Amino acid sequence: MWEYSEKVLDHYRNPRNVGKIDDADLIGEAGSLACGDSLKLYIKLDGNVIKDAKFQTFGCGSAVASSSILTEMIIGKTIDEAAKITNKDIADELDGLPQEKMHCSVMGHEALEDALRKYYGEDEAAENEFHSHCGEKIVCTCFNVTENQIWEAVKVNGLKTVEEVTNYTKAGGACGRCKGVIKDMIETYLKKEGKEPELTSTQKILKISKVIEQQISPQLQKDGGDIELVDIDNNKVKVKLTGMCSGCKNAQMTLKNFVETILKEKVDAGLEVEQV
Amino acid sequence: MIYLDNNATTQIDEKVLEVMLPYLKEDFANPSSMYDIAKKPAAAIREARVQIRDFLGAGNEKDIYFTSCGSESANMAIKGVVECNKEKKHLITTKVEHPCVLNTYRQLEKQGYEVDYIGVDSQGGLDTAELKSKLRKDTALVSVMWANNETGVIHPVEEIGEYIKSKSPETRFFVDAVQAAGKIPINVKDTSIDLLGISGHKFHAPKGVGALYVKPDVRILPLINGGHQERGMRAGTENAAYIAGMGKAAELAQDALDYELKEVKRLRDRLEAGILKNVFNSRLNTAVSGRVPNTTNIGFEYVEGELILLHLNDLGVCASSGSACTSGSLEPSHVLRAMGIPFTALHGSIRFSLSRFTTEKEVDFVVENMPAIMEKLTKISPFQDELEKLKELK
Repeated sequence: MWEYSEKVLDHYRNPRNVGKIDDADLIGEAGSLACGDSLKLYIKLDGNVIKDAKFQTFGCGSAVASSSILTEMIIGKTIDEAAKITNKDIADELDGLPQEKMHCSVMGHEALEDALRKYYGEDEAAENEFHSHCGEKIVCTCFNVTENQIWEAVKVNGLKTVEEVTNYTKAGGACGRCKGVIKDMIETYLKKEGKEPELTSTQKILKISKVIEQQISPQLQKDGGDIELVDIDNNKVKVKLTGMCSGCKNAQMTLKNFVETILKEKVDAGLEVEQV
Repeated sequence: MIYLDNNATTQIDEKVLEVMLPYLKEDFANPSSMYDIAKKPAAAIREARVQIRDFLGAGNEKDIYFTSCGSESANMAIKGVVECNKEKKHLITTKVEHPCVLNTYRQLEKQGYEVDYIGVDSQGGLDTAELKSKLRKDTALVSVMWANNETGVIHPVEEIGEYIKSKSPETRFFVDAVQAAGKIPINVKDTSIDLLGISGHKFHAPKGVGALYVKPDVRILPLINGGHQERGMRAGTENAAYIAGMGKAAELAQDALDYELKEVKRLRDRLEAGILKNVFNSRLNTAVSGRVPNTTNIGFEYVEGELILLHLNDLGVCASSGSACTSGSLEPSHVLRAMGIPFTALHGSIRFSLSRFTTEKEVDFVVENMPAIMEKLTKISPFQDELEKLKELK
């Protein structure tokens, strides 16, 4: 059983603004019957203000709740204001969604984006960052998720793992063949933003021993010494200096200024090196 | 509360609980111990073994091994057979097995076994001809569930067993009978079934206990090594309370089998007919006949299953769905997909599974309330034109 917030319960039980606007100015669509959820969003404008909004949704409780609250959020807003709404805003407005259900808020956002794209027009769309998903590279063929949809979800929600991307966009949730591509995309994004992807403890251990073996040890060997990795306890890297280094009075300096500096730079700034 | 999810788990029968309690209190001793107070739990396990023997129609109580659940029984059977027949590298099962069989097979496939997964038709019936055509001399094991958990469809395991014995006598045959036990008669000694697994909590025993029947001349290697328990085939101190409870539950289920086949079936048919008649966008996902008496699987077109379950839950009705949203995965049921259930109904498929504790009043409550739920939910659906067409057809 999902842990839904009171707001989600209220909105799936008593959805607001259900139905169709016959003379809608903008209609946005997202999802598909085959994928298990789809949403149609109808918008009536008064100048550049959203005067009315209605929705029709095929989907689970949180999909209906996301659609319902989205209509409440956009009614009365100008088009430009509505364009600033993200999937995170929708989820926040519902007092949160279970992680596995975040894709429902993403579907709401996509339908809104689709509707507004029609307002801005295809040409302006590019300038307004409302890129068309058509003809764009599809990453997950099971759920038809495009590269841009994944970039968007990663950017807005600060996603760091493939599992999170699956929860938010469904990509990788069926056959799983695109998981490698998604992982590369996350790493590319984080690198571009200057953030390193978070390492698991095993990855960290592997990386530390690799840096010691390939970059630190050869340097010490030149001076007739060497280094052995003894243990890693969270951020404490315990090492033993051997050979010429073992009795060297500058050992502590070597550790702090050379070994620790390299490990901090290459692996994790929080690392501390200790001689045992 | 109206509980119509008995294929997921069942309530513990009061009489079962009574039998169990002494072994959780004063008769706590380890049944293998040498003092007097160990006699009672040891005797309880002996009695339960006889009860399960009779429940499954096995020739000898020595053919029964107690396990912790249906999944363990399946793992013990499959891995146990494969380990003993290393020269045979081919396996057969169906596309609609429970994950405890499917995922064990997938693991063996990764280890280099060649596996044939046999499909089903749109009504859930197994393609027996295909299964027969795939059988080879080097097939180590065939696994077929007796009844499917989602549809209730019964597979012809007796016929398949006979065929295997006549064409490839060295091939072993495992039947996952978790959803058949207590719902239809089982008599293993009259069949060519080599191994058969059951789970206590599907017939009013507690969760955490199961059993595996192994035919006397069939050799398997144990899954859990350790002490001498279960004659060295399944180590671990016996869970006397739960084993005794399952023994009693088996006896009660056997006594209630006629009721199950007649009265539970009558109530299931009443529920099914009532919904199919009153709800315009409903369809039966399976064949009408050839099912265990307690299960129905109904597709509600253009409405999503979790949303239906949430509204049923608001009325105190418990059922389950093959929809992606309820499983935590993003894909709908592998069983309904193997059947080729159309997308329009796939995501809105609901399973109702009754038990001998289900009443006519409860069934009628669901039949009466389903139209109003569907009236509300179809209004939210974006597929209004399609729904309108269905309404006209009804």
